[in-house]
Amino acid sequence: MITAAPQEREHYLNASHGLKSWLLTKDHKRIGLLYLATITLFFFIGGAFATLIRVELLTPQGNLVSSETYNKLFTMHAVSMIFFFLIPSIPAVLGNFFLPIMIGARDLAFPRLNLLSWYLLVIGGAFSLFAMIAGGVDTGWTFYTPYSTTYSNSWVIATALGIFIAGFSSILTGLNFIVTVHTMRAPGMTWFRMPLFVWANYATSLIQVLGTPVLAVTIVLLFLERVFHLGIFDPARGGDPVLFQHLFWFYSHPAVYIMVLPSMGVVSEIISTFSRKAIFGYAFVAFSSVAIAVLGFLVWGHHMFVSGQSLYAGMVFSFLSYFVAIPSAIKVFNWTATLYKGSISFQTPMLYAFGFIGLFTVGGLTGLFLAALGMDIHVTDTYFVVAHFHYIMVGGALMGYLGGMHFWWPKITGRMYPEGWAKLSALVIFLGFNLTFFPQFILGYLGMPRRYHVYPAEFQVLNVLSTAGASVLAVGYVIPMIYFIWSLRYGKVASANPWGATGLEWKTSSPPPVHNFEETPVVTHEAYDYASLMAEEVEVG
Amino acid sequence: MADHAPAETLALRVQFDTEAQQKDASTLGMWLFLITEIMFFGGMFTVYTVYRSWYPDVFAIASSSLNEIIGALNTGVLLLSSFTMVMAVRAGQLGQRKAILIFLILTLLFGGIFLGVKGYEWNQKFEEHHIPGQAAFHLEGVAPSDQGHAQLFFSIYFAMTGLHALHMVIGVGILLTLIVQARKGRFSASYYTPIDVTGLYWHFVDVIWIFLFPLLYLIDRHLVK
Repeated sequence: MITAAPQEREHYLNASHGLKSWLLTKDHKRIGLLYLATITLFFFIGGAFATLIRVELLTPQGNLVSSETYNKLFTMHAVSMIFFFLIPSIPAVLGNFFLPIMIGARDLAFPRLNLLSWYLLVIGGAFSLFAMIAGGVDTGWTFYTPYSTTYSNSWVIATALGIFIAGFSSILTGLNFIVTVHTMRAPGMTWFRMPLFVWANYATSLIQVLGTPVLAVTIVLLFLERVFHLGIFDPARGGDPVLFQHLFWFYSHPAVYIMVLPSMGVVSEIISTFSRKAIFGYAFVAFSSVAIAVLGFLVWGHHMFVSGQSLYAGMVFSFLSYFVAIPSAIKVFNWTATLYKGSISFQTPMLYAFGFIGLFTVGGLTGLFLAALGMDIHVTDTYFVVAHFHYIMVGGALMGYLGGMHFWWPKITGRMYPEGWAKLSALVIFLGFNLTFFPQFILGYLGMPRRYHVYPAEFQVLNVLSTAGASVLAVGYVIPMIYFIWSLRYGKVASANPWGATGLEWKTSSPPPVHNFEETPVVTHEAYDYASLMAEEVEVG
Repeated sequence: MADHAPAETLALRVQFDTEAQQKDASTLGMWLFLITEIMFFGGMFTVYTVYRSWYPDVFAIASSSLNEIIGALNTGVLLLSSFTMVMAVRAGQLGQRKAILIFLILTLLFGGIFLGVKGYEWNQKFEEHHIPGQAAFHLEGVAPSDQGHAQLFFSIYFAMTGLHALHMVIGVGILLTLIVQARKGRFSASYYTPIDVTGLYWHFVDVIWIFLFPLLYLIDRHLVK
């Protein structure tokens, strides 16, 4: 146990000083924090656009912004949140920081490539930010042709270029993780002793490496078509706009799993730690991550049931989409089984994990509604779809991210966050989230289309509820911002293992030394071996 | 494990324990990168396959307007560059510093010739006005209503050969840095990983061309004349 004040011991935060020591760092932990700053900025930019959208939708008349501006608002909300917040969120911040530590390595396999990945995200973000400031983009985040290639007069190229560059950040991070997991595990850290967070990030990396290049080439074709009039998606020359949709969703459906799989990894860590039990069916949970990654590549056509693709393709995509529910359900059932007869404590990370399980289940089950051909045609492009994917991306991915941030905050900073405030904000976020998005399921089922800023007066009550919920949610997000910053100075000093957890990251000091461990750890136990840990405690105590 | 983090040397980076581990990581990293490249070009090959199957006759006519003799010769040049690249890797394994330098320069030379010939071919297309998106576009032997489909062939031709050439240019850049390092005598039998992984990349770009050449120049050519 550390008894000296943390500032006296050398660790990764005080080993060197100055801006240059951060901007040129090759330490995966510092790079994780660089990502944290970047994506937090984009979270609040995306949040600002969401605020404007919700304020506009308070009234049925479009009396705050014009239709053109509204198109830009929802496009830029999605671009900020998806490409510059959710996709990098857990892998690039928590994965970067903890994946090497959790397998007992000194760093990722390619530290310079890791730093380059961060710079690529910043450069890509700068292009997209420039597009937003210069006048915005109005195509929707899906960039459907031929609107995006021929008709839109907004900043399509700058935005798409930003996403293209950020995509390489994602590819290189995934590549770095895969190589690290394959070649850098500590002695005794076999594949089936790895924490499930590592498995989840490994599966995520597979998607990043296999899917993102297809998005990249799609953006290249979009660029060539818009600038040099190549015509590959131009119906006037025999080109096929639906082909663009196929290429786009080949990446963008698996991208949903880039966002949610790492959260599932976080939830496995938290559930195990705060019920003091090994995850029930470890191997099933590990392989379900890989199964989700693989199946995720076979279902993109369920975004295109009304696009004019062949009916038989639609049926196959519908059928396969149901299969994704199986590994997802395995996870939910196994987490629940882990809780059974566990010694459960309700600290903040656990509240977020419970929030994740509940909201992800709602999001996942409504996903099955949408995978059914007939039902999907009824609710295509309505608020039902909007509610569904926000339950997955915000209720799922973001809840996991916040849970992970609280879980590992003591390790990252060496300080505890204030538990009371954190529990309060977790509750506020859960209630605010449901108030925001549950009414949207009803709105969509009643037929309110997405992407319109004018709507019939009968939908106003539900829209006002949703906007009220968004305000509560915003408060819920600001509170952690404040207490996290506050805790850096005033938080209780964290011990090496404040939760009594089993992972390697808790066996090194808080914050960790530059090379993570004083000595390369040798792993002798399975992951989450709380049984023998508690047996040892009984013997000693 | 007394010394947990050994001092970083030129050849062994601090995050690795052994040189073998470092070489494994670098090689796996390059293979993974090549997989991403397969997915990247895969999108283009998908586009090609869709339109080729939709408009086979027009694509055959458009395809026969390319010069297959020049294409075949250029394929030969590229294969030759892959051979010299292999020899550079072999020289690395044997630690023959002078041979490394010579074979890297030869690879660079053949790569440069390929790009030069490709530039000449593109220039010909410009002179024939076989450029998609231009009002002057006209391909002999294709009905006016099908001229758009012929444009699609050239769109795909320029996009695919252009992306391939871009990869060649990047490869040439990497070769130049390797040549500078080789001149300083940085490589030896115990450290030639950069040559090894560059070789993987170079062969991959070569293989892409091995697919592009028949798909763009040769298929159904005999049906046209």
